[in-house]
Amino acid sequence: MAGTFVPPTRFAVPGRIAVSNRAASEWQRATVVDVRRDNTAGTVSTFRLKVPGWQGHLPGQHLMLRLTAPDGYVAQRHYSIASPPEEGGEIELTLDHVPGGEVSGHLHTVARVGDVVEVRGPLSGFFAWPGDRPALLLGAGSGVVPLMSMLRHWRGAGCPVPLRLLVSARTREDLIYADEYGDETTVVLTRTQGRLSAEHLAPFLGPAQPEGGWEAYICGSNGFAEHASRLLVAGGQPVDRIRIERFG
Amino acid sequence: MEPTRGFTGRARAADRDPRLPPGQYDAADGWPVLSAEVTPSLTAADWTFRVDGLVTTPHTWTWDEAHTLPASEYRGDIHCVTSWSKFGVRFGGASLDAFLAAAGPRPEATHVVAYSHTGYTTNLPLSDVTGGKAWIVWEYGDGPLPPEHGGPARLIVPHLYFWKSAKWIAGLRLLDHEEPGFWEQNGYHHRGNPWREERYSGD
Repeated sequence: MAGTFVPPTRFAVPGRIAVSNRAASEWQRATVVDVRRDNTAGTVSTFRLKVPGWQGHLPGQHLMLRLTAPDGYVAQRHYSIASPPEEGGEIELTLDHVPGGEVSGHLHTVARVGDVVEVRGPLSGFFAWPGDRPALLLGAGSGVVPLMSMLRHWRGAGCPVPLRLLVSARTREDLIYADEYGDETTVVLTRTQGRLSAEHLAPFLGPAQPEGGWEAYICGSNGFAEHASRLLVAGGQPVDRIRIERFG
Repeated sequence: MEPTRGFTGRARAADRDPRLPPGQYDAADGWPVLSAEVTPSLTAADWTFRVDGLVTTPHTWTWDEAHTLPASEYRGDIHCVTSWSKFGVRFGGASLDAFLAAAGPRPEATHVVAYSHTGYTTNLPLSDVTGGKAWIVWEYGDGPLPPEHGGPARLIVPHLYFWKSAKWIAGLRLLDHEEPGFWEQNGYHHRGNPWREERYSGD
């Protein structure tokens, strides 16, 4: 695009990530093929969907899910994809059971294996991580979901770059995917240990960081995102190497 | 689409609020924050707003200069592409028409790129930000616009999805062609009319 206006600041779309726009505009049938609990508190479940026309996604992308009532009324919400790209035409969504939530409530209390819903996506390449740069991931609560897609991809595809995950949860019972974390993950349980702090980040910032520095990804509530992004900036992480996904 | 087994919907189509565009839900008292970048440490003293490109007189306003323009407000509804809407909000600031009048758009100007102090960009037809349809605002409700919602000042274009309403607005460049901005390059629709559900490229 000759002559494209570039604003006098650094923040930009990551040019190396190409996103298909076609998939984003088409609703596809998705069949629920598995449902399982993902924390011991029983408040979070994973829904595995078979989507025959799925074009594949990058870790960190999300989709739109739509439910239709008999009179044509529809409800739709964005959800992060939890599974890595390696699983072909099946994808997983991990959802909080939001009390009174119109869509998450239906999925947690009514949906069962064999049901059909609709999805469109994957959407937005901005928060995606293709596995090509060192990744420092900070998540809280269900904000860990897109980061888990990255962690699973990193392990499954054997990505050669370092990846570190800091995950914050209220208690051990609230922690999602508790059995899946390894040496790459630091768990912060806020009720007993207090919130994520500069001390948690210190081992990763400064001289210890990998060649070329980190690409940082933050996902969680807005309060967590504001707090975590301030800690990163204070620790020297460049603002244009911080990507944020805020959950309501 | 066939109905989803067991789904009746919390809000029935029959008593659906007519202010709600298709596919949206009422966020009620909530106001979700959706920005992909770090909230900048931008004070009123640091804030500037520039209009340039295809104008007769490129102009940059400081905070105090912007506040000398006639006060103007928007009272109404806002809609986010992520499917929440919020009813009856108030934003106070100045009409974008006042800024544009001072800069003098040239006849060949058809589009704008709005850009933020963070570097965020979004594209709009000039006709979508003129004629009382867009504002630069620094008040929300009775108070200052909170930083995470774009304070000290943001653009609002309330008849389009809210990703068009660039937070921490830094300027507007007038062009004679359309130039996709941040989300538009990431697969979002170029215009974003909520009543036509122009969410993604191809909608």
